[in-house]
Amino acid sequence: MADVLLQLEDLKTYFTVDGGPARAVDGVSFSVERGKTLAIVGESGCGKSMTGLSILQLVPEPAGYIDGGKVLFEGKDLLDFTWEQMREIRGKDIAMIFQEPMTSLNPTRVIGWQLVEAMEVHGTAHGAEARKRAMDSLARVGLTGPDIVMRQYPHELSGGMRQRVMIAMALSNRPKLLIADEPTTALDVTVQAQILALIRELQQETGMSVLLITHDLGIVAEVSDSVAVMYAGQVVESASTLDLFKSPMHPYTQGLFASIPSRSRRGQDLLTLEGIVPPATAWPEGCRFEPRCRHAWGTCKAVAPKASPKDADRPVRCHLYDPDIKDRPATSAASTAEVLP
Amino acid sequence: MFLSNLIPIVIVAVIAGVLIRAGREPLWAEAYRRLFKDRQVMVAIVIMMLFVSVAVLDSIGWSKSKSETPQTIIDRVFKMEPERTYSAPMATETMGEPHLHKLKHKHIFGTDGVGNDVFYLTLKGCRTALIIGFLTQLISMPLALLFGMLAGYFGKFVDDFVQYVYTVLDSIPSVLLLIAILMAMEMRGQERGLVQICIALGVTSWVGLCRLVRGETLKHRDRDYVRAARALGVSHGRIMFRHILPNLLPILIITATLGVSGNIIAETILTYLQIGVPPGIGSWGNMIDAARMELARQPAVWWNFTAASSAVLILVLCFNIFGDALRDAVDPRLRS
Repeated sequence: MADVLLQLEDLKTYFTVDGGPARAVDGVSFSVERGKTLAIVGESGCGKSMTGLSILQLVPEPAGYIDGGKVLFEGKDLLDFTWEQMREIRGKDIAMIFQEPMTSLNPTRVIGWQLVEAMEVHGTAHGAEARKRAMDSLARVGLTGPDIVMRQYPHELSGGMRQRVMIAMALSNRPKLLIADEPTTALDVTVQAQILALIRELQQETGMSVLLITHDLGIVAEVSDSVAVMYAGQVVESASTLDLFKSPMHPYTQGLFASIPSRSRRGQDLLTLEGIVPPATAWPEGCRFEPRCRHAWGTCKAVAPKASPKDADRPVRCHLYDPDIKDRPATSAASTAEVLP
Repeated sequence: MFLSNLIPIVIVAVIAGVLIRAGREPLWAEAYRRLFKDRQVMVAIVIMMLFVSVAVLDSIGWSKSKSETPQTIIDRVFKMEPERTYSAPMATETMGEPHLHKLKHKHIFGTDGVGNDVFYLTLKGCRTALIIGFLTQLISMPLALLFGMLAGYFGKFVDDFVQYVYTVLDSIPSVLLLIAILMAMEMRGQERGLVQICIALGVTSWVGLCRLVRGETLKHRDRDYVRAARALGVSHGRIMFRHILPNLLPILIITATLGVSGNIIAETILTYLQIGVPPGIGSWGNMIDAARMELARQPAVWWNFTAASSAVLILVLCFNIFGDALRDAVDPRLRS
């Protein structure tokens, strides 16, 4: 068994809304190995950001709450921790960077103050030493003139620079795990590549694990070791990046890949996944992907597919691969590869 | 004696220091530039400074011997021997007497019923007005800040509790509440003075600001930068007072500035109702109170009333102009 740093077991994060609980995260399990990168992929509203926030117990209150499950970090269940214990973990052992570098820095404070604070709240460094370390980390994330940046306000920096500052801040306490929630979505393409390369470099240097939350399969291919595909609050498929790209199994994953423009399919119509993710208050009773699935049959509407057993080689949440499901129509069975050109 | 003269000087020095220090922050440097560009605002600032310097000069005083009550600089410069009774502005004789007397001095604003110089009384009112204006604000602001931020940040039952408290407080007619508080303090043996009035006004006037602070905190609580700070493991207290508070500062300062003028008016009204500044202390409220019967005289004695109300009007007007300009200068939404 590989060295597991973070393990989620059947995590459930619900929101109280009119018309019952919105099950934003509904039984998510995955694990992140030490020094490795796990990507969570899925479209908007599938619960991937909430999964990230749930790990740090930062689900927006009072509507959101964690209903059950386990968040095992180095073997300890974080859900048993008090607020004060969690505060110790946040920013020190587990750091998080967000999608919006434009608004994630305090507009009224200079960069230096914010970097120093990140260290001082955890007591890792103080005063002059903290300032020196802050400057070093700014230089490390590729900002020229760190002494000038220290005295600048967030609005004086560009988006890419701010995301670098955010990364410097997140890494200032040498966390064991970095949760990066769409770290490059708000940036333009050239900056995206730089930021990703930076995260990978820093990962190799410090040996931290990265949980990368994204909707961009291109980024996944570039940086992650393994992937968990989320749909409607559940992980529908998880695999190593190589396996997933070689042979996607879940119809949803297949659909995602099929809708990426490709040079080898020049001239053909792009395949699209019909419809949208249903609202979290009204997940379908059976398979949640059934209304949009090309392979769905009667059983899919009636029975929810089970998660694969823990020790499964390629866990997939789909009746197509469940040996207990007997009434699978012959046309769609096994030959799922046909949807791929 | 020496110490009590030091206090006003220290206060002015601290305020000046803060203002100069703030000028180095980009936000305020920009605000200063915008403020100083406007001529109307400059006039308001100059007039406010005049009032403030009168108040400061009226706070510095000394006595020649121990038995004597100390005379402030304003006393020494402007105090004149009382005339026999009323005299009109710039008049040479008293009025309203069977035999008119020659005046000993020239009085630009005339004299009141006991022959005191109205201009001198008006100057004496400055200190009272400014003390009540600022000290009240100094008492009510921390209350509003603390309760507003707690309610906005923590929400839930903390919010319910704070809201309940200030809604109830706001439902009691304010003059009655003020009278009750002042009476209660008097019954506990505290003589009614400026400080007591400031406390009474302070604990009754924080509701508006508290509502504002609560709303703003609520808005900032879910901002990305607060979320990011939480993800860094920053504590609630630090987030509230070191992250959110600086973002509320502009709006707080503006509201506080506008609040000062409200307090000055409140003082005049309270004193007019005989529950404010005691008669011994010079205040515009006392002057207006003393003048109300005299307007009915034939010929009308209008000058002491006019002098006091104009002083209130001018000072409050300047504060309001300044406060409004400050809001425009600081509010990023109004920036081009």
